[in-house]
Amino acid sequence: MQLGKVVGTVVLNNRNETLHGVTLLLVQPISSSREAVGRVIVAADSVGAGVGEHVFFVRGKEASFPFYPTEVPADAGIVGIVDSWHVG
Amino acid sequence: MILAKVVGTVVATRKDPRLVSSKLLIARPMDPKGKAEGSYVVAIDTVDAGFGETVLIVSGSSARMAAGLKDCPVDAAIVGIVDEIEIKD
Repeated sequence: MQLGKVVGTVVLNNRNETLHGVTLLLVQPISSSREAVGRVIVAADSVGAGVGEHVFFVRGKEASFPFYPTEVPADAGIVGIVDSWHVG
Repeated sequence: MILAKVVGTVVATRKDPRLVSSKLLIARPMDPKGKAEGSYVVAIDTVDAGFGETVLIVSGSSARMAAGLKDCPVDAAIVGIVDEIEIKD
């Protein structure tokens, strides 16, 4: 899992039927010192995160597990909203 | 998932039997502001996307979970056509 910041939303009307009802958010992966790291990705949201919040997300097939038994084609998913973190 | 722009098509006569009648497109990954980044990918189209459209691509084993791709040997699938991107810096 990785920390990220929600930076925006994506709207799709024409989508694969298995993606219906899934909220998609733009997430910028960040380092523990809050700096942006790597590319912005699109992640499926299962916890109700909003723009500007810090979250942690999973990559890979596990991203679809929060929606089980529905099989959602997601390779990145927000699984928690971070209240605070501390390093060292 | 990543955002990408459809830039071309792929024609393949000989392919895995489970890919027969699938549409293959070439897409260029891009950032939310539209700037191209990274290399091209070949993706199976599940939503009738067209040339020049911005699409959502799912990669890896999750691509097989899109409707119509069960047990297909694919690692990238176009699962949506993007209408709007809203970004707040």
